[in-house]
Amino acid sequence: MATQHSRSAARLMMAPAVILLLGWMLVPLTMTLIFSFKKYLPLRGGDLGWVGFENYARFVSSSAFWPAVSATLIIVGGVLVITLVFGVLLAILLDQPMWGQGIVRILVIAPFFVMPTVSALVWKNIFMDPVNGLFAHLWKFFGAEPLEWLSQASLQSIILIVSWQWLPFATLILLTAIQSLDSEQLEAAEMDGAPVLKRFWFIVLPHLSRAMTVVLLIQTIFLLGIFAEIFVTTQGAFGTRTLTYLIYQRVLESQNVGLGSAGGVYAIILANIVAIFLMRIVGKNLDA
Amino acid sequence: MGRITLDKVTKRFGDVEVIPPLDLTIDDGEFTVFVGPSGCGKSTLLRLIAGLEDVSSGQIRIDREDATNVPPAKRGLAMVFQSYALYPHMSVRKNIAFPLRMAKMDQAEINKRVEGAAAVLNLTDYLDRRPGQLSGGQRQRVAIGRAIVREPAAFLFDEPLSNLDAALRVGMRLEISELHKRLETTMIYVTHDQVEAMTMADKIVVLRKGNIEQVGSPLELYQTPRNTFVAGFIGSPKMNLIEGPEAAKYDAHTIGIRPEHIKASAEAGAWEGRVGVSEHLGSDTFLHIHDTGLGEAITVRMNGEVDFKYGDRIFLTPRADVIHRFDDQGLRIA
Repeated sequence: MATQHSRSAARLMMAPAVILLLGWMLVPLTMTLIFSFKKYLPLRGGDLGWVGFENYARFVSSSAFWPAVSATLIIVGGVLVITLVFGVLLAILLDQPMWGQGIVRILVIAPFFVMPTVSALVWKNIFMDPVNGLFAHLWKFFGAEPLEWLSQASLQSIILIVSWQWLPFATLILLTAIQSLDSEQLEAAEMDGAPVLKRFWFIVLPHLSRAMTVVLLIQTIFLLGIFAEIFVTTQGAFGTRTLTYLIYQRVLESQNVGLGSAGGVYAIILANIVAIFLMRIVGKNLDA
Repeated sequence: MGRITLDKVTKRFGDVEVIPPLDLTIDDGEFTVFVGPSGCGKSTLLRLIAGLEDVSSGQIRIDREDATNVPPAKRGLAMVFQSYALYPHMSVRKNIAFPLRMAKMDQAEINKRVEGAAAVLNLTDYLDRRPGQLSGGQRQRVAIGRAIVREPAAFLFDEPLSNLDAALRVGMRLEISELHKRLETTMIYVTHDQVEAMTMADKIVVLRKGNIEQVGSPLELYQTPRNTFVAGFIGSPKMNLIEGPEAAKYDAHTIGIRPEHIKASAEAGAWEGRVGVSEHLGSDTFLHIHDTGLGEAITVRMNGEVDFKYGDRIFLTPRADVIHRFDDQGLRIA
């Protein structure tokens, strides 16, 4: 009974959720936009009036901007490569019939449930600590000088931590994609004379391409915003200051809300570009 | 060329023996059909020949050479799958060329063969399409094209027509038979549809629970079924199998009489019954006769249209010279 009544009743009942969501999104977004056009220094005079696009120009021309962009790209790119490559391999491995498959699958997915702050702290203190860390002990066992992970190989360490968190996500999505591959296709390829590696290259990989794109885009959106892992480990030092972390420093450490807001608007635009591609691909997936 | 011999081949999955020791010879150029109800092991047998499953014991020889442990690609056989198993991300051209590309053939030769196969199968206009853009019959032809370019010693078909609608199935049946006549290559064809078996085969292998029930030409199987299973499986509508006192009159445990070998009359005959449902095909009419006292309903096939109506009284007379007799093991009495 899709009448006027039931429709307005439905609207009424959806209203609280919609208003809450809109408010949660629109209020911060509008405030960010307003602040980005103002000189606003909370501890040094407060609101000092409109300044047009000055904040936008300053954010981009600051000496910290390009290093932050490159750090962001290296981290996002590194994590993507690692999660996709190992995700495909792990998915193939988990697809094999084996004893205890259910438990192994749950274990593989487990890291995804650990909070970013917690996992970063665990990595920092248990694995990467140069004195008491497990890696340090391993290095010493082989007679090598323990590495000071977070200062000597800071970017790599962060990539390692974040990859560990996101690998389960990639594996899970790729595993379901692999399971949907028609086994007769693989058998046909086998009869056609394609050995294992060629079957992987010509049949499995093309079949996974769409799932891989979805993983790539979803991860990109989330990885552009990683913060906790940097905050609890290097605090943005040793070249690990990403765009997100730079915005945080501008707002809270330099107490320059206007400048930080301008950076935030850049980040919004960047994330939306990726999101448009994602929606197109996922939308196509749903159509097919 | 394409002579395939199975020598005491068995297949077990764990403790379950799917194929008990089985001997079979398929001659070069022969169109052999494996037929049987679902779960009879016919697909497993085909996969053993293809090499997609390993035999548990016994030997498979292709052209007198032991192929038991030869990997599938090296056996020189090509297979057409039930789901066609086309590669969805490749064009028709690339699909057909795939086995040649894997064999590292040079591009000019590949093009020549692909275009040759496309011409034979009426696919020339579709070479640049993806499988997803083709109809069921066209996909089937692409799958066949992918098999013929390799010029294999034998073709293996695994229920290739079961995903097509009835009209298309009849058409493809003819095309495959036509292809066999032209290529004169050994073909092994698996189906559960006895009509396909009867119309296409040079030799039919009837399987039940992994056992070969009978091997022979379609007419041999039709005229002299070795046991009641084959008698009931081959032929449509099914042979009437009658047990009890009526069979004892012929010194048999079971007698079989085909629907077309029974004369029906409104006045007099050997058996009396009541007309049930009649199926009108135009050329023939199948009458299902109840209450004859012979056990199950008797099916009678009559030419053209008949004027028996539901519930009419009817008299049936079997042709005595074509009654099949079986003993209490279900085996044919000569």
